[in-house]
Amino acid sequence: MVATPNGFDLDNTGRRVVVDPVTRIEGHMRCEVNLDENNVIRNAVSTGTMWRGLEVILKGRDPRDAWAFTERICGVCTGTHALTSVRAVEDALGIEIPENANSIRNIMQLNLQVHDHIVHFYHLHALDWVNPINALKADPKATSELQQAVSPSHPMSSPGYFRDVQNRLKNFVESGQLGLFKNGYWSNPAYRLPPEADLMATTHYLEALDLQKEVVKIHTIFGGKNPHPNWLVGGVPCPINMDGVGSVGAINMERLNLVSSIVDLCETFVRNVYLPDLIAIGGFYKSWLYGGGLSGSAVMAYGDIPENANNFDPAQMHLPSGAIIDGDLSQVHEVDVRDPEQIQEFVPHSWYSYADESVGLHPWDGVTEPKFALGPNTKGTKTNIQALDEAAKYSWIKAPRWRGHAMEVGPLARYVVGYASGHEDIKDQVDRLLTTMDLPVSALFSTLGRTAARALEAEYCARLQRHFFDKLVANIRNGDSSTANVEKWDPSSWPSEAKGVGISEAPRGALGHWIRVKDGRIENYQCVVPTTWNGSPRDNEGNIGAFEAALMNTPMERAEEPVEILRTLHSFDPCLACSTHVISPDGDELTDVKVR
Amino acid sequence: MHASTAGPDSGQAGASPRVLVLGIGNLLWADEGFGVRAAEALTERYVFPQSVSVLDGGTQGLYLLPFLETADALIVFDAVDYGLAPGTIKVVRDAEVPAFLGAKKMSLHQTGFQEVIATAQLVGRCPERLLLIGVQPVELEDFGGGLRDAVAACIEPAIDIALEELRGYGIAPVARERAVRGDDPLSRQTYEGGRPSAEDACRVGDARFLAGQEL
Repeated sequence: MVATPNGFDLDNTGRRVVVDPVTRIEGHMRCEVNLDENNVIRNAVSTGTMWRGLEVILKGRDPRDAWAFTERICGVCTGTHALTSVRAVEDALGIEIPENANSIRNIMQLNLQVHDHIVHFYHLHALDWVNPINALKADPKATSELQQAVSPSHPMSSPGYFRDVQNRLKNFVESGQLGLFKNGYWSNPAYRLPPEADLMATTHYLEALDLQKEVVKIHTIFGGKNPHPNWLVGGVPCPINMDGVGSVGAINMERLNLVSSIVDLCETFVRNVYLPDLIAIGGFYKSWLYGGGLSGSAVMAYGDIPENANNFDPAQMHLPSGAIIDGDLSQVHEVDVRDPEQIQEFVPHSWYSYADESVGLHPWDGVTEPKFALGPNTKGTKTNIQALDEAAKYSWIKAPRWRGHAMEVGPLARYVVGYASGHEDIKDQVDRLLTTMDLPVSALFSTLGRTAARALEAEYCARLQRHFFDKLVANIRNGDSSTANVEKWDPSSWPSEAKGVGISEAPRGALGHWIRVKDGRIENYQCVVPTTWNGSPRDNEGNIGAFEAALMNTPMERAEEPVEILRTLHSFDPCLACSTHVISPDGDELTDVKVR
Repeated sequence: MHASTAGPDSGQAGASPRVLVLGIGNLLWADEGFGVRAAEALTERYVFPQSVSVLDGGTQGLYLLPFLETADALIVFDAVDYGLAPGTIKVVRDAEVPAFLGAKKMSLHQTGFQEVIATAQLVGRCPERLLLIGVQPVELEDFGGGLRDAVAACIEPAIDIALEELRGYGIAPVARERAVRGDDPLSRQTYEGGRPSAEDACRVGDARFLAGQEL
């Protein structure tokens, strides 16, 4: 038994369960746990099995183009990476953006939050709680009654509607094309919903698909195209021309009306479908409050959604910022992303090498030198690892720390920081939810709490979208149509050396890009992404990362069916595409679960 | 259930089917970018009628669903692992397409894309005809790299297969007099031409997949 400095007792003597890859996430991840005789997790090892080399791809490129490269890191956070990248370059070169650009960027970022949270809940995470096969047994009439009880204002609730969906689902499953649902453990007792709740939630899975295609149109309006919208250092690439009709790219009244209707759609769906579903589904899992991990002791947020352009003062941002450590919620520490003593990345357990691995490096001085080597206690071979040796290097993810602490980031971290710092909107939302569900505040520190915080945040972000839409329209009416500041577009106006940092709150958590520019080119570029924080391996002090901590002490119904492991890992919405590189050697994506 | 019903307009007599030509893959990883580059080359050199959209799908997953839902036929360019000689083109049709993508996935975006097809089928709005034009890559383990010669040489014949398919739908794209090149930093010319040297930027990755040597 080993006690970690961050408060966990690790025991790796029991049976080892290996899940590789973890499915329904973006990117590639492996997880190993040890179970005691009662099937309770007593040791957890989380591994990013890919490395994407983004830092080296950007070296030597034009900083004004960095956003376009970062947008290609993965298929999910395109916009957030682009936003963070232009902010980093603007910070380095001292470029201030116009107010309209701030409002438009906020609308895009908030839209991405809402969209991503909905997609995550219905398309990636729901299947950890909802059993679509069980939905086939539901009575459509009883489902209709359930729907009207949990959300009286949602119009799609007739028995006939649910019967149609059930039939469609039945045809799909009977065709043997289980495709979407193939990696499920549908007979596992960890699933607790009655068939009617399963049918209702599966139906909303389909409604969410219809919604998302409307929601993303905002990116076409402001970014010119979708997927891969355009971004611009100095502002946004769309001019405003209120008198224009049908011109390509320019923002006119017709386009703003479309934006407004999308904002409405987001608000309505979150209010009538997402939140009621969370409460209804969560109600059946109130006794399953595992998976808290670091959420009650060490959480961090950088903050985002500045009210006014170019002002990243924590008091001026709508999404909270700060750090909580040692479980002391009475104190929210200020996070300074420039301070070399605060954020540091360590690699003693990561497949990279530093000249001196006993120290951590601030991202401005970050080094990304890949070095793959397995520890002496690894079981298997280099190409077929049966069990990793977590005492040695074991992940392609670095271990970032804030003042030496492993931190959880993401919606729950933001909500814990917001709650602790007295953020009124957040406090109000959380208190209302806890009252409705009849749960204590401590219930937040759980897998379900992470899932709930995401839904609350979707509601808050949908409301903020409206705020910035109104602000944008008011500003344009006042005669300000400026969307970009191109004074420092020409590299001849730049200093020969500069460094900057861009921060944002991505759907998955705190995101930072640190850049050094030399003679007009990128000299060093380091991204510390949310999943680097959450999926981090151990550090030189032996602190385990947030995924690892969250898996600890969770009982499993069946060792060979990792429903509980997936449920908790998915609650973080892991995105390993950007934290890490590739592919199981045989290309097989079916999850392999080994119990040894 | 096989490929399901197409969109609402597909029944119109005489109207040409709506075709989505989609390039998928990650252009930051050498030959993984084949699909995107093939789509790019197609737009640079041809003008299409309104019934055809050519799209750089990148590594997007469900974001691509709306584009599929409004198409009667789908043509996909992608780098895929058939275990063939590098630089070989392989064409797969209809029901074989999702099955293939599921059998031998080479990269992340294929998981995503297989799911997009399955989802389109679940909602009953999957293109009726599917054509996958795949190329066996030479090199993937080259971060920031461009297409290898053998794969770049497949763009021309891959485009010809797509054009032939379009002609089969009664669609005749018009060749531009001169290719139109964008100034996008990720366009193939700019991306490959502006690459830093190997000394400046390490180009390799995971040793397990490079050498495949035993411990």
